[in-house]
Amino acid sequence: MDRTVTLLLGITLTFASSWLGLVFAPYVQMNNVQPIKGTTDDGVEEMYPRPLEGEAAYGREVYIANGCMYCHSQQIRSEHFGNGADIKRNWGVRRTVQRDYIYEKPILLGTMRTGPDLANVARRWSGQGGKDWNHLHLYAPRMMMPGSLMPSFAFLYEKRRITGEPSADALKLQGEWAPEPGYEIVPTPQAKALVEYLSVLDHNRIMLPEAQE
Amino acid sequence: MAASTVVNGLTSPNVSNADAGALAEEQCRAAKERAAIDSASRLPALAWLAGATFWLLWASFFGLVTSIKMHIPWFDVRVIMELGIISTLLSVPLMVLIARSKNLSLDAKIGFCTFAFVAAAALWLVLRTWVFDIRWSEHGGAWQTFGRTRMTHLSLIGYGWGTQAGIAGILWLVPRLSRTPLIYPNALIAAAAIWNVGIFAGVIGILAGLGTSVEWLDFPPFVPPFLIVSLAIVAAWGIVTFTRRQESHVYVTLWYCFGAMFWMPWLYTVAVIINIYSPATGVVQSACNWWFAHNVLGLWLTPIGVGAAYYIIPKVIGRPVYSYYLSIIGFWSLALFYSWAGMHHLIGGPIPPWMVSASTVGSMMMFIPVIAVGVNHHMTMLGHMGQLRYSPSLRFVVFGAITYTAVSAQGAIEALREFSEVAHFTNYTVGHAHLGAYGFFTMIMFGVFYYMVPRLTGQEWASSRLIRLHFWLCSVGIVIYFTSLSISGWFEGRQMNNPDYPFIQKMSNELPWLICRSIGGAMMSLGHVAWAILFVLNICGVGSRREGPTFFREKTSAEVEAELNGSTATPAEVALASR
Ligand code: HEC
Ligand code: HEM
Ligand code: HEM
Repeated sequence: MDRTVTLLLGITLTFASSWLGLVFAPYVQMNNVQPIKGTTDDGVEEMYPRPLEGEAAYGREVYIANGCMYCHSQQIRSEHFGNGADIKRNWGVRRTVQRDYIYEKPILLGTMRTGPDLANVARRWSGQGGKDWNHLHLYAPRMMMPGSLMPSFAFLYEKRRITGEPSADALKLQGEWAPEPGYEIVPTPQAKALVEYLSVLDHNRIMLPEAQE
Repeated sequence: MAASTVVNGLTSPNVSNADAGALAEEQCRAAKERAAIDSASRLPALAWLAGATFWLLWASFFGLVTSIKMHIPWFDVRVIMELGIISTLLSVPLMVLIARSKNLSLDAKIGFCTFAFVAAAALWLVLRTWVFDIRWSEHGGAWQTFGRTRMTHLSLIGYGWGTQAGIAGILWLVPRLSRTPLIYPNALIAAAAIWNVGIFAGVIGILAGLGTSVEWLDFPPFVPPFLIVSLAIVAAWGIVTFTRRQESHVYVTLWYCFGAMFWMPWLYTVAVIINIYSPATGVVQSACNWWFAHNVLGLWLTPIGVGAAYYIIPKVIGRPVYSYYLSIIGFWSLALFYSWAGMHHLIGGPIPPWMVSASTVGSMMMFIPVIAVGVNHHMTMLGHMGQLRYSPSLRFVVFGAITYTAVSAQGAIEALREFSEVAHFTNYTVGHAHLGAYGFFTMIMFGVFYYMVPRLTGQEWASSRLIRLHFWLCSVGIVIYFTSLSISGWFEGRQMNNPDYPFIQKMSNELPWLICRSIGGAMMSLGHVAWAILFVLNICGVGSRREGPTFFREKTSAEVEAELNGSTATPAEVALASR
């Protein structure tokens, strides 16, 4: 029986050590990180980060359900890491740190960059122009970016017969992507929410003291 | 060689040939006992294996679909499904005719049936394209978008195939090594049923858009309870069996199996709570996520694979393992270091640097168990490589054991910051993932099953040609898969780290390699079909009753003699170990 005890004790202890070190310790160290007050690029004072609300929060669920994370990461690495390319590529202005993610459930750091990092995609595609671009890109990636490997998310859009005036939010598609005459492509609520999420997705809104290098 | 002559838990004193008579008697008794133990394990082990095989086919299907979608983003799965269904309908009548024929050998029947299917598929392809001009409505559907097929693939690989294959192996190995017939067979069969209901619900859930996008935990929240209950049953069974064992010597395979059964339920439960049910704050989730995902590989799949190799290699070649002490060092250093290595998946990420450092150290220390296991496996094989020509189990297991050394050495290097700067976020990781989860774990499990199933069903494999086909498709497939992604991944990383290199250019450079990956993956998938056919035929009792193992070819008596002369083991030991 002595072997049974050794074995049980051994496998419990070795394993528990890593649980304490890699799960419990970070839990204690990081579970209480709080938002702080800071100034955005436009000089507005605000608490950062803030939880997503309404349409953007729903958009995040669409992002999760369709596994965008398996091609897009959401983390900017230090300027001393990987040649500092994340920042030099304009994917962000500073590295992301623990505080940037405190409201994210689940967190979407990602492990793959088949497509570009999206941690701060709102900075690249901002305003109404950005939203229009995102809709067109989600519907027909290869129209906006010839040769793109991103799949089309056309199932988030609806093809409708035009009755009377064309809808205001109909996509301005061209060439082989345009629907046949008399029809239009309009975003579903899911597509609108997803684009809303992309247009607020910004992990660099304010400069955090701990992110300074 | 170490003085120990432990052969798979049966400690035999060093014997002279004079004792051979007594040993022959002992051997006969042991063989009978093993047969009795195997017959008690039959149903539960086969139930888990049937589930594993079923989901392996689906996992391969979704893997292949995912892979094709990466280089043909508009690829529509419904075309393959239509092709599959129609070719089956067209070819089944022919197949029935072929199967009924009395003058054809089994190999010829399998060959003709395959031909009938391929011909039907080709015929339909021509008809649909040029005669009927069938076109599916554009843009597929939400269920087959890349993100969802990717989640489905990984979930099916991890839980549908990997875990079930591991449990099937455990249910056969543990009773044998404890020398107690399997207890509570019905509970284990019920556990298999619960597990498979969970997997089925999970796959439907992910495809319907309920996936969680937490890597390795993608199943929707209603699935984990099924899996936890099922794992708990298996773990409880393991503990009871272990305390009831008749064999006082605990062979190293048993250590690994026992550790695995104990770690997995704990891991999974903690991870599901911290990541799914009540998510912790921010990056604590990532830490837990990768602690879990890494340990699923390192403390669940790896110990089962390594432990099984420790059993099969000595068993088939009829020699004790090279060093008993190395095997102990290997086990304990694995338990200690592997569990600490998880954060190497987050190098450069927004987690405290001390965690990454701890994991890099853990990863480097992994060289200890890897070298211990490698020396032990490979030195046991040394001088017996000739046996690879005969034994299918040995061929798969040795392929896996060699890959284990390779993938772990590669992994330890990937855990270095300088290397991760390039390789992380690229297909290089995916190449490594398949070298490990496929080249090592999956190949070893196939080897185990080639040994195990005939002993459970009393039925030999129907066709050694098909086994050979299985081996070559899978091994060549994974080599293509791994090589192309490693090359591609390295360039991707270098190009992404160069801020002046256009992203879109990096993407188009991947294309040829992604196509090679699809080719390698298609070969692997075909290999899995061959395995499934063999398994089903065996279960249905097609083929000869079992007398001796199926070899690729029979040994001549001169070869047998030469082997005995070249071996340090006594003939009695060889006889003891070789059943
Ligand atoms: C198969 C991988 C893949 C998946 C899945 C994927 N993308 Fe992409 N994505 C790409 C690639 C490759 C690019 C770069 C080429 C381009 O712009 O089309 C890209 C570019 C983008 C861009 C533009 C980024 C920039 O910096 O201009 C956005 C925004 C985007 N994707 C959003 C999404 C969203 C939202 C989803 C999920 C609904 C998604 N992607 C799913 C591969 C993918
Ligand atoms: C039939 C052949 C297979 C093909 C074509 C295939 C293809 C793929 C693809 C395309 C991905 C996604 C990679 C990405 O997101 O970039 C993937 C992921 C993965 N596959 Fe497979 N796969 C196959 C079989 C298997 C098998 C048998 C296993 C192992 C048991 C396996 C294990 C994995 C793992 C672990 C991942 C996750 C990799 C990561 O996250 O880095 N695959 N596979
Ligand atoms: C000493 C042994 C090993 C070490 C140190 C190691 C290290 C690593 C590292 C550093 C990564 C992350 C790469 C990145 O994202 O940049 C990784 C990924 C991976 N490794 Fe290993 N590895 C080892 C052995 C194995 C084995 C034996 C297996 C298979 C059973 C395996 C399967 C995987 C898989 C599937 C992934 C991808 C995970 C994912 O992204 O989903 N590794 N490994």
